[in-house]
Amino acid sequence: MVTDVGAAAAPEQGSSALAPLLRLERVSKSFGAVHALTDVDLEIPAGRVTALAGDNGAGKSVLIKCIAGIHAPDAGTLYWQGRPVHLRNPRDAAALGIETVYQDLALCDNLDIAQNMFLGRERVQHFALSEDAMEEAAAQTLRSLAVTTVQSVRQQVASLSGGQRQAVAIAKAVLWNSKLVIMDEPTAALGVAQTAMVLSLVRNLADRGLAVIIISHNMNDVFQVADRIAVLHLGRMVAVRPASEMDRQIVVDLMTSGVSTRTAPSNKAAEEPER
Amino acid sequence: MTRVDEPEPPAPVAADEPELRRAAEAESQRQAERKASPDTLRGYFRIVYQRVRSGDSGVLPVVAGFVLISILFQALNSKFLSAGNLVNLLIQGSVYMLLAMGEVFALLLGEIDLSIGFVSGIGGVVAAELVKESTGWPWWAAIIVALLVCAGIGLLQGTIITRLGLPSFVVTLAGLLGWQGVMLMILGTGGSLPINDHIINDFASGNLTPIASWLVMIAIVAFVSVRMWVQESRRRASGLIAPPASLTILKIVGILAAGIILVLICNTNRGRLIEIKGVPFVVLIVLGVCTAWTFLLGRTRFGRYVYAIGGNTEAARRAGIRISRVRTICFMLASFTAGIGGIVYASRLQSVSTALDGGTLVLYSVAAAVIGGTSLFGGRGKAVHAVLGGLVIAAIDNGMGLQGYSAAARNIVTALVLLAAVTIDSLARRDAARH
Repeated sequence: MVTDVGAAAAPEQGSSALAPLLRLERVSKSFGAVHALTDVDLEIPAGRVTALAGDNGAGKSVLIKCIAGIHAPDAGTLYWQGRPVHLRNPRDAAALGIETVYQDLALCDNLDIAQNMFLGRERVQHFALSEDAMEEAAAQTLRSLAVTTVQSVRQQVASLSGGQRQAVAIAKAVLWNSKLVIMDEPTAALGVAQTAMVLSLVRNLADRGLAVIIISHNMNDVFQVADRIAVLHLGRMVAVRPASEMDRQIVVDLMTSGVSTRTAPSNKAAEEPER
Repeated sequence: MTRVDEPEPPAPVAADEPELRRAAEAESQRQAERKASPDTLRGYFRIVYQRVRSGDSGVLPVVAGFVLISILFQALNSKFLSAGNLVNLLIQGSVYMLLAMGEVFALLLGEIDLSIGFVSGIGGVVAAELVKESTGWPWWAAIIVALLVCAGIGLLQGTIITRLGLPSFVVTLAGLLGWQGVMLMILGTGGSLPINDHIINDFASGNLTPIASWLVMIAIVAFVSVRMWVQESRRRASGLIAPPASLTILKIVGILAAGIILVLICNTNRGRLIEIKGVPFVVLIVLGVCTAWTFLLGRTRFGRYVYAIGGNTEAARRAGIRISRVRTICFMLASFTAGIGGIVYASRLQSVSTALDGGTLVLYSVAAAVIGGTSLFGGRGKAVHAVLGGLVIAAIDNGMGLQGYSAAARNIVTALVLLAAVTIDSLARRDAARH
């Protein structure tokens, strides 16, 4: 069992930190002869940013797709707030409060911010869209996330910068009272200032009590926002530890070879990698 | 693996927070400098300007183009802007406008429908067959059946395109050939089917009385103004993004002015032997279809999904939109609207004959939609674009006809205007992509 020690930076969330929002137990998934995931255990607590690290082909994408309801695991169980759940499609996941922000963001350039945020779930009154209500809700969500860089929710997404688009995609995920937001490489294509903006947004989500899973290849970003780091190696979870007990080199060792003999340069010795 | 110890210590989040926030604030400030407030008239025009800059030039180019063409033709021939000719222009353009409004549904998806020219022919033929003496259906039943047949054709084509995953270009090209064949079969070689039903013939050649024209215009303008005023004041009151009151008033005055000018033009006697006055019924038909499709595309879920699919199909799919269904309905609506155009066309000629050139009609309708500002690349376009584009095409046809140019010269000029429109569309998109 993974025992989450709790991260240094995030405030304690009381009981929610004890019972994880989502727990994966011995989840396996193969595609033909390829074992993409083997007996993966993982706990996702609310109010924490969990970074998912791993080399290419380690199974990061398959893992988040299992959580997002796109793939059904071959074996193993997902526990949502302690209850076992079966996610047959993304709608099931969305119904639980799991939202995914994909790397390509899935935004329509020709629609404005509010239209994108409500796409597929528009509010309707007598066959006509309730534009005012949607606009208000969209603006409120952006405000609550402290996204101040967009001038209006009636701006077309085509006119937004990369960081603003990311912010819109994240706001879209948050709009639905989601409890878990999964982000795939949110900072991959961004400049320095925009990366900082997106990372502070990610932090903001966790501080609001949401669980966040973030995939990133950028170790700087990982250590900047993550409370916990989970490392996958060839489809196996080799370590899940608080970020304060890891450093860059340990993560790289774990990603490339699955083990690390190093100890973190900070206060405590690292735990043995999980099997 | 052996490596020297990592020089950088792991960055605890807490220590980085202020730095993070500073950078984020710097970013937000940078953005705020470009901010324009929509609260004042000037700020509002600034936002409109930004929209144009971002590739959404809307109806501006086509309106400018129409004004330019009008000035040019008026300089060449003072008859061009005469009341009679302008009304003639509206009637001539109505078929293009209606067909182009159908084509907009296909173009919004990033697809094309080449069949709507001959589908409109089928609509005309079916209506004519049903109202002729030997069949003797009432006009309204004939029209309903004709439109249902057209919608059915669109449904069939749309189903083939979406369910079998075939390119719309090929399926509707087959439609262009096939429906022409069906039309010829019904009419017989060199055949022609006259329409003797007065009501159907009046669609294109009948007019409201001058007094009715004024009343209808005032009713429409009043309805639109009240709706706009209520809606925009409510938005202003609830602190949403809304144009300033001065702009709302400006818009209402503009609509009223346009309505008055239209009715004044139409109410001028344009007959030579007998007095002909009043707004043609066909103007109301075009206005009605345009209003209905504007509402459907702009204010309903279905319309939003059409734009979403045209903008980013994958995003629409992930949002849970049933793509195939929406696309099929679009092709159905394209053919349905074409059917209306076909009936108006038949009404104008008071007959349907094998001379109906669906190939030219569909190409003109695509051209009209694109000239009006609908993007060939999907995701951008409105019903009103089709109306304005149809007007421009009719103006070129009409103006050059007045000058006595041949059909060949008219084709070449229409082609150049079309090229200009596509260039504007494509340049605007490229400009937007650079931002």
